[in-house]
Amino acid sequence: VNELLLIVTIAGERVALPAAAVESVVELDTLIPVPRAAPHVAGLSALRSRVLTVIDCMRALELGVTDCSDGIREAACVELDGHPYALIVDLVEDVVEALSDPAPVRAAMGDGWERVSLGIVETEAGPLLLVDVAALIAGAEAKAA
Amino acid sequence: MDDLIADFVAECRDMLEALGGEIVAWEAQPDDRARLDSIFRFVHTVKGNCGFFDFPRLEALSHAAEDALADVRAGRRQPDGALVSAVLAVIDRIGEMVAAIEAGEEMPAGDDSLLIHSLEPGAEGAAAPATNAVEAQGKASAAPRTIRLSVELLDRVMSTVSDMVLARNELARRLRESSTEVSVDGAFERLSSIIAEMRDAITRTRMQRIENLFVALPRMVRDLSAELGKQVLVDIEGGDVELDREMIEMIRDPLTHIVRNAVDHGIETPAERLKAGKREIGLLSVSARQSGNQILIDIHDDGRGIDGKKLVEKAIAAGVVKKADAAQLSPREQLALIFEAGLSTAKAVTAISGRGVGMDVVRSNVERIGGIVEVDSKPGDGTRMTLRVPLTLTIIPALTVSIAGQHFAIPRSAIDEIVRANGESVTLEHLGGAGVATIRGRRVPEVSLADILGLESHVEEADRRLIVLRPAGGDVYALSVDRIHDHEELVVKPAAPAVMATGLYAGTTLADDGSPILLFDPAGLAEVGGVKLEAQERAARIAEGKTANSGPKTVPVLLFRGLDGARRAIRLAIVDRIEEVPASAVCKAAGQLRVQVGEAILPLAGVQSDALNGDKVRIFRLNDGANEIGYAFSEVIDFAEIGKDVIQAEHAGEISGVSLINGEPAELVDAHWLFANHVGLSARSTEQLVCRLPSDDPWMQNMLRPIVEAAGYRVVDDDDGETQVDLVIAAEGQATESDAEQTIWLRSAPEAAGKKDQSIYRYDRAGLLMALKSAGAGRGK
Repeated sequence: VNELLLIVTIAGERVALPAAAVESVVELDTLIPVPRAAPHVAGLSALRSRVLTVIDCMRALELGVTDCSDGIREAACVELDGHPYALIVDLVEDVVEALSDPAPVRAAMGDGWERVSLGIVETEAGPLLLVDVAALIAGAEAKAA
Repeated sequence: MDDLIADFVAECRDMLEALGGEIVAWEAQPDDRARLDSIFRFVHTVKGNCGFFDFPRLEALSHAAEDALADVRAGRRQPDGALVSAVLAVIDRIGEMVAAIEAGEEMPAGDDSLLIHSLEPGAEGAAAPATNAVEAQGKASAAPRTIRLSVELLDRVMSTVSDMVLARNELARRLRESSTEVSVDGAFERLSSIIAEMRDAITRTRMQRIENLFVALPRMVRDLSAELGKQVLVDIEGGDVELDREMIEMIRDPLTHIVRNAVDHGIETPAERLKAGKREIGLLSVSARQSGNQILIDIHDDGRGIDGKKLVEKAIAAGVVKKADAAQLSPREQLALIFEAGLSTAKAVTAISGRGVGMDVVRSNVERIGGIVEVDSKPGDGTRMTLRVPLTLTIIPALTVSIAGQHFAIPRSAIDEIVRANGESVTLEHLGGAGVATIRGRRVPEVSLADILGLESHVEEADRRLIVLRPAGGDVYALSVDRIHDHEELVVKPAAPAVMATGLYAGTTLADDGSPILLFDPAGLAEVGGVKLEAQERAARIAEGKTANSGPKTVPVLLFRGLDGARRAIRLAIVDRIEEVPASAVCKAAGQLRVQVGEAILPLAGVQSDALNGDKVRIFRLNDGANEIGYAFSEVIDFAEIGKDVIQAEHAGEISGVSLINGEPAELVDAHWLFANHVGLSARSTEQLVCRLPSDDPWMQNMLRPIVEAAGYRVVDDDDGETQVDLVIAAEGQATESDAEQTIWLRSAPEAAGKKDQSIYRYDRAGLLMALKSAGAGRGK
């Protein structure tokens, strides 16, 4: 029950990521686009001599496109199947303790959120949607396949 | 050989250790089948290895134990107390001997016949020298000279070191950006060189002798030939060539397949061979050698060869080629059909090979690791298959290109050539929206990288560069890019699945400036670009075949600007790679300019005075197969081809002549002269091998002598009266009193006169160098 959660804002909505999965929070400056890759792959970025695959979370949820042109973006670094990723979010807020196990969301959410949801968790900062990092990285296409 | 023995000893010790418990358990319960099996396996392994290493006592012992245990396993004999203790005594004795081998001592004295006798049914209990064995084992464990490591650990260390190299590159970039103190730079330089050294060392830990791959071949060939009623002699050479462990695994299957094919389809039965006027015993030679950063593995049999015409007939029947096209194929292209799926020349399908799924799989496996398979064959005379594979998988030489301002990398192994879109012999046309480039009469599909990637290119089509790519599969196409930048050796990492899903990329890497670069997969580019590789390939080849004869033969060269600003060209084949070294690495030592590159110190050419401008020097590393020299230059201009119209220089020297390249004159660097003058000098100072050449043969004196000298020999004439020579080189048919240890015969015809002809074609430079090198190594032992 004592799982730590990282509160981030994606598309204006406060959600929680499992803090254990997040290696660090970084500010990305340069982004090298990956032509022909899925739209939610914003590009590549180098972090301490590692190549991060940058995921635009808003795009992965099909809620719009994060504007990366103005330079520095906040991102959470995670590792999945041995590959490092950076998840672009609007804002990284805080780390809180989960007060409950995730419970299913019974109300109808948007398609994007439905796809990445692991359920609702209670925290000191109120109930939050727990997001599945792997589903975020897989993006919209994985569901269709 | 020592390595193999060490492996054998390590394996035996591991098995003995594991066996310790089993033996005791077996003693308590002699009818325990699982225990019996593991003990049987042990003596069987020991026996198998002993035959290979010539340890007759060990072999006799293990053989006797194996026989006894085999009887038990087959139920012909009941395990009793006497047998168990006899087997235990034998195992103890084996342990003792293995320990002696490991310590490099003489075998412990003693007669084994008593032990062997005690294994026989009804024998009395054996006298086991148990105390002796314990003593010997204690001694062995005191001095472990090697340890065994898991491969995963090595891989992890390797990837950490790769990360370290990248981190150093990033640090280097940051140091360049900010002005730092000299002392910091110095410390960083030291760190850099330590990291480079460490990377080399770690890379070596992953290197294995290719012997590990070759060891299994004699046995396999023996079994196969016995099964097929053939007689085959295997000749293996170059087992000490080292190759990345991963690479060895990747070529194991293709190599096995080729060897099986050679024995099954290549070499004839003794009766057929006699009828064809050959020796009864077929010869299969497998050799490996390193050439630059590639390993060449030759598999050569003296069997019936491949009949190109039959192959073509089959290909037509199988619908692989059209009849009209087939007539146009050159002999080499006919042979290359063997790599097409669904073709097999075997008359009958055998259990060993020849199900028609074979060479195509071999080719795709080899190409997947960036290698090439080539085939050469003469009906009735034999077949030669050559595998060319890169040394390692993790560091890929690549060319960086840019499109719309973004950099990408292309693996160099896939690049055939690079031409200007508006070059002289290149025309670019658009037919129904599809690009077709005609390069010196060869028609190849052209795709624009900008179109594939969906990027806007701001470079006029005519100003772009065309990179002719030959992706795995052997089909060429041209890729147009905005600009070509540099050759780099890149540490490539796999990209995330979302990136790989595009099918365009093979991985990611970091450039020197710290920014990520995507490495293209040339086959993927073609596929996404809509190039129909299969259909285009042969048409392209045929167009090529028609014009190739009319056009002059050309040689690929690298066009560059020397330190003195002169436009020069050097043959591409001898340039191993390009390196950048600090100016401080160049120094005058032992009478000539030398440059330190990594751990090596190479003679340096291309510098007219000691004065070097700037703090970095770029050098070509030139390699003649035996020696390396550095050649300093200021910048690479382009790749080009030179034809026959070369105006020769009046005097022999660094420049052999002048030719027009891309409309401007360029000096051609004479690599032969460079090596003769730089390497010859340095090699002469050391303890030298002596080679005798006939003094009255001008070809030998003028052409061959520099090569022999460059290979490290001191050359004496046959009338010098010097008798102590290591090597004699003579023209075929010439009489020579052979007091030398080795003689190399040279023939003037490219083709060998017959099977027994051991001579080397006088212009077969690679073969000559191999012979020179092995003659030298022969004396070294």
